[in-house]
Amino acid sequence: MSKNKSKNSVVEWIDYRLPIFTFLNHELNEYPTPKNLNYFWNFGSLAGITLVVMIITGIVLSMNYTAHVDYAFDSVERIMRDVNHGWLLRYIHMNGASFFFIVVYIHIFRGLYYGSYKAPREILWILGVLILLLMMATAFMGYVLPWGQMSFWGATVITNLFSAVPLVGESIVTWLWGGFSVDNPTLNRFFSLHYLLPFLIVGLVILHLVALHRFGSNNPIGIDAKGKQDTIPFHPYYTIKDLFGLSVFATIFAAAVFFFPNFMGHPDNYIPANAMQTPAHIVPEWYFLPFYAILRAIPDKLGGVLFMFGAIAVLFILPWLDKSPIRSSQFRPIYKLFFWILVFDCILLGYLGAKPAEGIYVLLSRVATGYYFFHFIILLPLLPNIEKTRPLPISISKPILSSSSFSTAAAVREKK
Amino acid sequence: MAKKENNNRRDFLVISTYAFGAVGAGSFVWPLIDQMNPAADTLALASTEVDLEPLEEGQAITVKWRGKPVFIRHRTKEEIMSAKKENLDNLKDPQKDEDRVLNEKYIVLVGVCTHLGCVPLGQKTGDVKGEYGGWFCPCHGSHYDHSGRIRKGPAPVNLEVPNYKFLSDKLIRIG
Repeated sequence: MSKNKSKNSVVEWIDYRLPIFTFLNHELNEYPTPKNLNYFWNFGSLAGITLVVMIITGIVLSMNYTAHVDYAFDSVERIMRDVNHGWLLRYIHMNGASFFFIVVYIHIFRGLYYGSYKAPREILWILGVLILLLMMATAFMGYVLPWGQMSFWGATVITNLFSAVPLVGESIVTWLWGGFSVDNPTLNRFFSLHYLLPFLIVGLVILHLVALHRFGSNNPIGIDAKGKQDTIPFHPYYTIKDLFGLSVFATIFAAAVFFFPNFMGHPDNYIPANAMQTPAHIVPEWYFLPFYAILRAIPDKLGGVLFMFGAIAVLFILPWLDKSPIRSSQFRPIYKLFFWILVFDCILLGYLGAKPAEGIYVLLSRVATGYYFFHFIILLPLLPNIEKTRPLPISISKPILSSSSFSTAAAVREKK
Repeated sequence: MAKKENNNRRDFLVISTYAFGAVGAGSFVWPLIDQMNPAADTLALASTEVDLEPLEEGQAITVKWRGKPVFIRHRTKEEIMSAKKENLDNLKDPQKDEDRVLNEKYIVLVGVCTHLGCVPLGQKTGDVKGEYGGWFCPCHGSHYDHSGRIRKGPAPVNLEVPNYKFLSDKLIRIG
């Protein structure tokens, strides 16, 4: 079935010894995909493409970057002013990080809305959470490399999180720094790891795809494809849809790179790092703000750190917290409502993370943090007991075809 | 019986092979991990001498030690009084002022907030010094008093007093 039908004898010769063409044909061409995927299913391939863009621009940027405290800032400025197209490469890389998180966050919320983490896709989901963790580590270390004020103080605050660990905290922080403060050894190792981690992400992405292709994509209805009538081949149907999505995405991305390259950055990072002076307001990059808000919502140092990491850790066990067998929110009216509350809650946390930790903001942060954990730990396990779900359609084809005016024609076609 | 002895012997060989393998792997991994700890030259830069002669009463200076700022403030009589007479019950991390200074005129502190490592304000004239007149960390709002003790905010403990000694009346060595 998956035999490559190429007439080219060279291709056949190679494929007999190394079945790479059979593999590609099977996974990218004839790969049966549910026919009802909406545009939210574009974000997986967008994330993959953004990863490639980040790796390519990153490799060429590193050819012009110097990982030393005395030269790092100037070498980045040299990239911006003197290196041919350096400004473009850096702005793509810098904004690419933000767009990567936008795409991945939408991808994650797509999974939450349509229950894509449920059996048998638990490992697929867990691999995705691991990718998110590695992305965060990579983005954090990348932000340190220009050695501006926000780089330095972001690195200081984040590495100091580990000092909250009882007994060995201080030793861990000294070990991470390679000294007694964030300094040259820290910058060097961050550069090394910032170069390494994206390739680990590539490895995880491959595993993510292997796990995905085991059972195929979930779909907006959340029921399994029951046969050929429910699926279409990946190529050309989804290759063209992904390409269309990519061109829309690339247009927005280009608009940011060319017209608002510093919109998502912080002006303080254009001031060289100064170990003797902390900027008045330290804020992390926007994609960390919800987690930063959780950190600050807890009045205890260790507690804040634990809750912040817990906000990600809870995602690992999500497939077992959500006890409902129904995947898609379309058939879960109460879950659907709470899903949107969660979306609002995360945006609120992001807003609060950018505000000073005082007055009403502290109270709101605590309420929002409380809801985040309530949603995952209490609501999801208990909800199936009270929620009356809507009846599921018989198959993917039914609800689409029966509601259209072509239902009889389609039914005839389906019989053939 | 003989067979059972043979099994024990086999188990012993398997377990000891794993054990030796684990020790071998561990002793190879340790250098890879330990290379991230401070290197010899980093450790060698660990002391700084400071001349206190030009520091007038009420003034403060910041010096760099191990890549971190160290605050030295020549305290006024009122500041010393308020630091000394503070009731220990009011403190989050109770410590007497006497235990935090060698010469009560000079307070020497590592200028790194014990919360998440920002540098508190209060060294320069015109800086915000917080509600207790010492130092104030702008990152997450910790207030320190004239002795560098935490009084309000998220920081868990007092500002650290570095290891230092008076080489003469007006000369100290930190580290």
